[in-house]
Amino acid sequence: MGHAQIVPGSSNDGSVAEKAASGPDSCFGWSEAGQWNPVAAAWARLRPSGPGCGHLNPVAAAWARLRPPERCPAYHPIVLEAAATPESLIHARGLTKRFGAFTAVDGVDFDVAPGEAFGFLGPNGAGKTSTMRMIGTVSPVTAGTLTVFGLNPKRDGPKIRARLGVVPQADTLDPELSVLENLLVYGRYFDLSWGEARRRALELLDFVQLTERSNDKVEPLSGGMKRRLVIARALINEPSLLLLDEPTTGLDPQARHLLWDRLYRLKQRGVTLCLTTHYMDEAEQLCDRLVVMDQARIVAEGSPRQLIERYVSREVLELRFRRDDGEADDDAHIAGRLDGLAERVEQLPDRVLVYTPDGEAVAATAYERGLRPTSVLVRRSTLEDVFLRLTGRSLVE
Amino acid sequence: MTVLGVSRSFALTRPVRLVERNLLVYRRSFMVIFSGFFEPLFYLFSMGFGVGALIGNVPLDDGRSVPYAVFVAPALLASSAMNGAIYETSNNFFYKLKYAKLYDAIISTPMSLADVAMGEILWALLRGSLYAIGFLAVIGVAGLAGLGLISSPLGLLAFPAAMVVGFGFAGAGMAATTFVRRWQDFDFLQLAIMPMFLFSGTFYPIAAYPAGLQLIIQATPLYRGVHLIRALTTGTPDGLLVLDLVYLIAMGLIGLAITSRRLQKLLLA
Repeated sequence: MGHAQIVPGSSNDGSVAEKAASGPDSCFGWSEAGQWNPVAAAWARLRPSGPGCGHLNPVAAAWARLRPPERCPAYHPIVLEAAATPESLIHARGLTKRFGAFTAVDGVDFDVAPGEAFGFLGPNGAGKTSTMRMIGTVSPVTAGTLTVFGLNPKRDGPKIRARLGVVPQADTLDPELSVLENLLVYGRYFDLSWGEARRRALELLDFVQLTERSNDKVEPLSGGMKRRLVIARALINEPSLLLLDEPTTGLDPQARHLLWDRLYRLKQRGVTLCLTTHYMDEAEQLCDRLVVMDQARIVAEGSPRQLIERYVSREVLELRFRRDDGEADDDAHIAGRLDGLAERVEQLPDRVLVYTPDGEAVAATAYERGLRPTSVLVRRSTLEDVFLRLTGRSLVE
Repeated sequence: MTVLGVSRSFALTRPVRLVERNLLVYRRSFMVIFSGFFEPLFYLFSMGFGVGALIGNVPLDDGRSVPYAVFVAPALLASSAMNGAIYETSNNFFYKLKYAKLYDAIISTPMSLADVAMGEILWALLRGSLYAIGFLAVIGVAGLAGLGLISSPLGLLAFPAAMVVGFGFAGAGMAATTFVRRWQDFDFLQLAIMPMFLFSGTFYPIAAYPAGLQLIIQATPLYRGVHLIRALTTGTPDGLLVLDLVYLIAMGLIGLAITSRRLQKLLLA
């Protein structure tokens, strides 16, 4: 499952007619599945230069209809570019990044719609940062299609960057400038006048609660302050899309919550957020929809709630047992007692996880069957459970 | 005109943004800039007037004899243009590239890496021009005091000529710095700069060398710079001025092109 259909109003398993009529996937009624749909064809004829196709004249349109589906320009990269409809800010198909023999991103598909908060969740080395760098036009695409604002990163890098806010993983603040100057100079890189840059800088410093530190150098700032300053800097050009690569990694809880609050406010204002994280709570807090990446591929896609429903049970029962010496068959013994009680039982060195819709009931039954855990905890399952289910418990490095 | 992707940087609006940034940084530490202003002056007084008093007159290429200070002053101007450009594009540029991660942030703006390279060269030239103006002013004052160090009206062109020298070395220095991995590598750069400063016809005519060695010296960029500026201040222009200009400008442009290529490789992985 590498395909994440993300444009609202369409779904992965939508009917051919629905897909064909939606434009991007169709060409004069030829759907990707190779079927011809008269409604879509009529629609396409009414809009000869519509987003689905590159043809501008009726002869070409007729020719396109006569052609077999495999010749349909929908398969041609140039038309795929055009197919990045206005409703999709980022559009990726088969997006691949290779560094020599190493494949960092392996043919991923996703779309990001305006106004949503979209997340890449995954362990270190899953390919999240490489994907973000390609979107930010600072890393050339090895293969596949990528458009940002409907533009090609290779050709229109400066145009894309002019509308993009980027919060990179490492704080790349200018250590030789003050807090305020960092924003002013960055604004100048975006061709703002000094006056406009100053106006926005002061406003942004207020937004990220750094006004008092305006004239300080950057170095003595705390990690959280630096992060906030980087976010303020990313907003100086009033971007419609904000890319955040692990925005809160390494911050203390207070700093994280302050950042989340600010990002939430940005979202309220209509800024599209695209972020990577390996914090499940962050993904649950911030993301409308997310993809889980593992080993360069997308392994799951959906809203946090959907993913939890799809991959884990509603609740998790955590049981701890005292390990008595000499009882080597503990594990098998416990697993045997729990047999048939839950969708899935996971044995960890220090505890047993039971995935079930009703933790209390299972706990009671387990007790009836003679199990005597030293501690019982019933909790709602989280993205973390999804994540561990999908990417495994072993350390990937 | 496209010189390996550098064409866009001929629009200087974006490169100037980087100059603005550097001005903001140095606004607080302008005394650092002054240090570079005194160096050629100290050389002028010690070598030109001090040692010069012992030497007396020195023959120029056209056979004329001039006081030693007249001979050495243009060479000091050329050397100072070289040193200023190299200093700015080696240590300072390296710090910004590898430690301050300045360009890692800039690549996420509409600025291109060609803009970055051009901006840093403009900055190096601006800094160099301060030194050149200061040095020329002192020479002018010396002239009023009866110590005519510039013996031709062509000497007015010494300033733009110093800029050309600075451009050549800034381009080359920056390109070289993109290959540097650690601070120690700059010792190799000094190994190229120091002998050039001492032996490129700066302090004595290259007639002192055997013919073969003379050809090698004449092929060095600093010799071309010294030749260029000395021909102007002493009023002895020859056809080789064209060679000087083409050599130095080409060196700067090629350096600029290599720099933007290398930056792409280093920053846009």
